[in-house]
Amino acid sequence: MNHWIILPLLLPLITGALLLVSARGPLRFQRALSLLGTGALLLVAVYLFALANDDAIGVYLVSDWPGPFGIVMVLDRLSALLLLLTAVLALGALLYAFQGTDRQGPVFHALFQFQLLGINGAFLTGDLFNLFVFFEILLIASYGLLLHGGGKLKTRAGLHYVVLNLTGSSLFLIAIGILYGVTGTLNMADLGRVAATLSPEDVPLAAAGAMLLLVVFALKAAILPLHFWLPHAYGETTAPVAALFAIMTKVGVYAIIRMFTLFSHDGGPLTGLVEPWLLAAALLTLAAGTFGAMASLDLRRKIAYLVMVSIGTLLLAVSLGTQAGLTGSFFYLVHSTLVTGAFFLIADLIAKGRQQGAMITEGVRPAGSAPLGVLYLLAAIAAVGLPPLSGLVGKVLILMAAQQTPWLGLIWTALLVSGLLILVSLARAGSYLFWRGPVSTSDHAPSWPLLTPAILLLSTSPLLVLFGGPMTEFAAATAAQMLDTSAYIEAVLGQTPISPRIPLEAP
Amino acid sequence: MELLLASIIGLLVACGLYLILRSRTFSVVLGLVLLGYATNLFLFASGRLATNQPALIGEGPPFADPLPQALVLTAIVIGFAMIAFVVVLALRARGELGSEHVDGLDREADQ
Repeated sequence: MNHWIILPLLLPLITGALLLVSARGPLRFQRALSLLGTGALLLVAVYLFALANDDAIGVYLVSDWPGPFGIVMVLDRLSALLLLLTAVLALGALLYAFQGTDRQGPVFHALFQFQLLGINGAFLTGDLFNLFVFFEILLIASYGLLLHGGGKLKTRAGLHYVVLNLTGSSLFLIAIGILYGVTGTLNMADLGRVAATLSPEDVPLAAAGAMLLLVVFALKAAILPLHFWLPHAYGETTAPVAALFAIMTKVGVYAIIRMFTLFSHDGGPLTGLVEPWLLAAALLTLAAGTFGAMASLDLRRKIAYLVMVSIGTLLLAVSLGTQAGLTGSFFYLVHSTLVTGAFFLIADLIAKGRQQGAMITEGVRPAGSAPLGVLYLLAAIAAVGLPPLSGLVGKVLILMAAQQTPWLGLIWTALLVSGLLILVSLARAGSYLFWRGPVSTSDHAPSWPLLTPAILLLSTSPLLVLFGGPMTEFAAATAAQMLDTSAYIEAVLGQTPISPRIPLEAP
Repeated sequence: MELLLASIIGLLVACGLYLILRSRTFSVVLGLVLLGYATNLFLFASGRLATNQPALIGEGPPFADPLPQALVLTAIVIGFAMIAFVVVLALRARGELGSEHVDGLDREADQ
């Protein structure tokens, strides 16, 4: 039992608690503490990533209670990859927040750390009810972060977001109740094991519970028709928060992949339950995201729709249900999270340099338009999936994975047409923002500390291409590990506690 | 007893959903509360209903399942905190948007 596995939870928890205590203290101290916590989290994530790189699945028994009775934390390749991704994205968002966003309210840094706690917990936990708890931690922190800075538009977007997610939480509990009632367990590995051996009369009820889970995760991932909150929430909130939220929708996708690969364990009766639904939902999400992005007159709103497009693309790959599909989806997940995160920061820099803000109308060119223009161009290339940046690799992997399916024509058309339309839309927005109107006379050109976080996040895109070989191999190994549910179940249920148990004796 | 509990849960969900779909934040909050109650009752019932049974293992075979009781306790605490938050948010929205409509600002902004 490796105690490092619990550190991605403890670090943000302790840092967040300390920050809460010092919320009235000097901002310099809070920034240092927050940076220290996030930096340490990155180091821990790198270590865990290296740890997960051999095929062993790390299992941590909380309070030394063996699964399926106690809560388990599970570190496999996918969890480790997502932990690392979260830490990198968080560092970029945090560095940007230092440039003034964190001054707009008293507890930004504490909320930021609790947000990381919730996200890391959701990636690590191996227990369905514990996943609910971490979802709630992640949500309550996100409510606070979303409203950070105040303003009418944020309040309205926040209200919708909170009400929708509270309803989602109720559905999650109902799904948990159904699954517990049928299977008698909530440990994910044990759920997979029991799902494979369900008696025929229990199958419809278990399927209903599983589909209800899909609805909950789809709400988190903003899959059509549960996406209406996303453009408002992401479009109105502050830039570093929107950048961090780029990973939040991916939490929903992660939960879908995790739960439904386990439900398909050993070809049980729930195998193939969601794939047809996912394919249809993915195509519709992709289309809605593309049209939304084209119709948006606000750059931040446009990028929020790009988040939806990336979710649609991801789900297309997941719905294939093959190892190749999952490989493509993992590569694309890493790429799209970092690039949309960087894109939100760039849009904020552009908005700060113009009187018109992020509105895509003819107006003053943003101050310092040369570095901003280059960054915008690179982010757009990466987001659309043009060579030479990483979007291309992700999309090619997904397109190639789709070759084996009967839906080849549909998937290729959807992905390629969507890419073309977004290219047109982003090119049009870019020419409005950077080529029309007089140059801004204000000397508020973004300074290097402002540009660095965006450059940091965006530089991962060429890195993903340079190290495309190892990265693709890792994604392929991750996909293989996800599909090998027997190994997961054995690892989780086979983990023995350190201390010997006192056997129960009937009186 | 199963029939009674099931009908109560159904009634609560129906009322809750109806209220959530209303356009004023006050009704929506009440709807969320009712839906939360229904969810908690449902979660409790997932361990099967047993009357006058201790939630202990080792006292003989008929015992109440202790796990849903623990789950529902957690769910109540979380749900309570969330409702408190949404009440505060609804009040703030009423103050900032100047209307109790869930879309508050929209109509004035659109015109």
